[in-house]
Amino acid sequence: MSEQNGQTRVKVENLQKLFPISKGLFRKSTDFVYAVDGISFEIKEGESLGLVGESGCGKTTTGRVLVKLEDATGGQAFVHNSDRDEMIDVMDVESPEDRKEFRKHVQMIFQDPYESMNPRRTIYDIVAEPLKVHNLGTTEEKEQRVVDLLRLVGLTPPEPFLFRYPHELSGGQRQRVAIARALVMEPTFVVADEPTSMLDVSIRISIMRLMLELAEKLGVTYLYITHDLAVARYMCDKIAVMYLGKIVEMAPTEELLSNPMHPYTRALLSAVPVPDPSYQRPQVEIEGGVARAINPPDECRFIERCPFAVDECKTAHPNLFDRGNDHLVACYLVAPDGSWTGRERAKLELRS
Amino acid sequence: MVVEEKDPVDVLTELPEGEGITIGAGEQLPESLWKVRLRLFWKSFKRNWTLFKENKIGLAGLAVIALFALMALSYPVMRSAGPWQNDAVYNPVIGYDAPRAEFEIVATEADVVDPTTQMDANKAQLWCFRVVAGDTCVIPQQPAPPGSDHWLGTDPLGRDIASQLAFSTRAAFLLGLIAAVVTVGVATTIGSIAAFYGGWLDNFLMRVADLVLLLPLIPILIVMSGLWQINLPILGVLIGILSGFGGTAIVLKSQALSIKVKPFIDAARVSGGSNWHLISKHIIPNVLPLSFLYMMFTVTEAVSLEATLSFFGLLNIDMSWGIMLNTAQSQGYLRSGLEFWWLLIPAGVAVTLLAAGFFFVGRAMDEVVNPRLRAR
Repeated sequence: MSEQNGQTRVKVENLQKLFPISKGLFRKSTDFVYAVDGISFEIKEGESLGLVGESGCGKTTTGRVLVKLEDATGGQAFVHNSDRDEMIDVMDVESPEDRKEFRKHVQMIFQDPYESMNPRRTIYDIVAEPLKVHNLGTTEEKEQRVVDLLRLVGLTPPEPFLFRYPHELSGGQRQRVAIARALVMEPTFVVADEPTSMLDVSIRISIMRLMLELAEKLGVTYLYITHDLAVARYMCDKIAVMYLGKIVEMAPTEELLSNPMHPYTRALLSAVPVPDPSYQRPQVEIEGGVARAINPPDECRFIERCPFAVDECKTAHPNLFDRGNDHLVACYLVAPDGSWTGRERAKLELRS
Repeated sequence: MVVEEKDPVDVLTELPEGEGITIGAGEQLPESLWKVRLRLFWKSFKRNWTLFKENKIGLAGLAVIALFALMALSYPVMRSAGPWQNDAVYNPVIGYDAPRAEFEIVATEADVVDPTTQMDANKAQLWCFRVVAGDTCVIPQQPAPPGSDHWLGTDPLGRDIASQLAFSTRAAFLLGLIAAVVTVGVATTIGSIAAFYGGWLDNFLMRVADLVLLLPLIPILIVMSGLWQINLPILGVLIGILSGFGGTAIVLKSQALSIKVKPFIDAARVSGGSNWHLISKHIIPNVLPLSFLYMMFTVTEAVSLEATLSFFGLLNIDMSWGIMLNTAQSQGYLRSGLEFWWLLIPAGVAVTLLAAGFFFVGRAMDEVVNPRLRAR
């Protein structure tokens, strides 16, 4: 889809976001939810990274921190400024002017196409809002740009859509409008927060194809947040699997899907539905639901649900290590060469 | 691994390609923007009118308001070109006209045969100086009952009641308008700001709102009218602030809170909107229908409050429905029951009807704004 050694567009280092648990008016809270706990990744030009994980694992929070809807509590993040060809330090974006400038380069597509548009504004108002906020162009130029954008996202002919209200459009059409709104400023980086999860399966593929097409045409880099591995495989060059605020495995898409190393990734993959009635699903034993990330103890985050946990897992959360082929895993059971020390045991369990 | 064998993406059916995605040269829109907006506004107005019309009480309220509006508009016409041109007679404040009745003076009270034409000399001293039996005395009749000159009669000071009634309608509308606009302005701003910023600002504003809500409105206004000269516009502003900062602000804040957490607020923030942009373009337009509703109720409140305060004679106003009642009361006609009905009924009914009219319109608007109240 793109050359692998392009310019870095997004760089995240040790990003951390803690939410304090309120204890009352005057008491300082000592308990925190570790929504995002020290994650690092890098997205190159024209590449898109898929952030995959269960509900509550912190993937949406990561996206919100990167568009400055939340302020990170630690770590660093940089986003490329295409106007000046330099990296913007996301942590330095503080003043309202900085934020406004920052949002010329970073945009977000929201999950819910029904709630992410003001019901009292027309499609024209919605798509033209960034242009109005940044005061770009005359009314005619804005109109022209909106018409172009609507045509670009496949709402053709665009004129009949301009002065409709969101509730008059279907879900797929609304999400196209949301994409148009996100791209109207020609950002370099777009956080897509499960943009297809609320849509009909039949609409999904056309929206995903549209996003890929636009990425190629406009040179947009996506951080694609999803819980659906099939979607991530279609959309992304690289996938990062998150669990309780940590990235547990990160690799190029095909490498990750063909050679999953972390027990959690393996469990996720085994849950992907296969359209074959005679297919016997191998069971990967993980129990329970996602634990709460309140002041997590100093051990592997996945330990409670991991069927292969050993004593070593109780010492600290494992670091992400490169196991070759750009494949990063955070698990004590994966040997440095990528071979899995728990593999023999896992095979046994898969067979039974 | 499983995924290698079965491609999950294959599960998704491929759709045929959409129409070609190209950035076109773009043709001009057929209409200019403001025309389209005007049409959209007209369309939504028609839709809301259809909903409003279903409610007969609302229509009745609207009819009452229209009637009073007609009355207010007719007043200047009646004074300049209509039957009330004589300023000395029909001026609602300083006009004076009393039908005169001639009495024949008799010596003592016992000699009075017909009390409508005869009067004893002692009593006649009140009007005619040093009259004796056999003289005649002309006595002005006030309050005079309704007749062809004075459609609703005159008040105890000989002033035309119909003229007063029509003149006061204007004042009532003015007061209602000022109070309503101030209420909506104050309540919407306070509610939106408190909801949007939260934290100590929210706490502070809401505690002030609680305080205002607890203040007894009438005693406060009575004290204020003792301290300062309160005229109609000032009263409108006072009622607006007191009712806008209290309950209405709290209701609108709760509405604004439910809008603040909607994803379109985040979307607008990501678009680069400042806090003020979010409040003015996204939160306020979404609470406005509800605040228009409270605007109607404020008019009701203002009209009846003005009548109350004027009745006690506390306001610095020339003429109003409340003052008409106050005049009747201070001259002692309140206790005579309905014998002098034209002093009480027109003003009393006017206050009640106009207040009720706005209240009914408010109730009907409530159903338009709040779909859950609509009858299926």
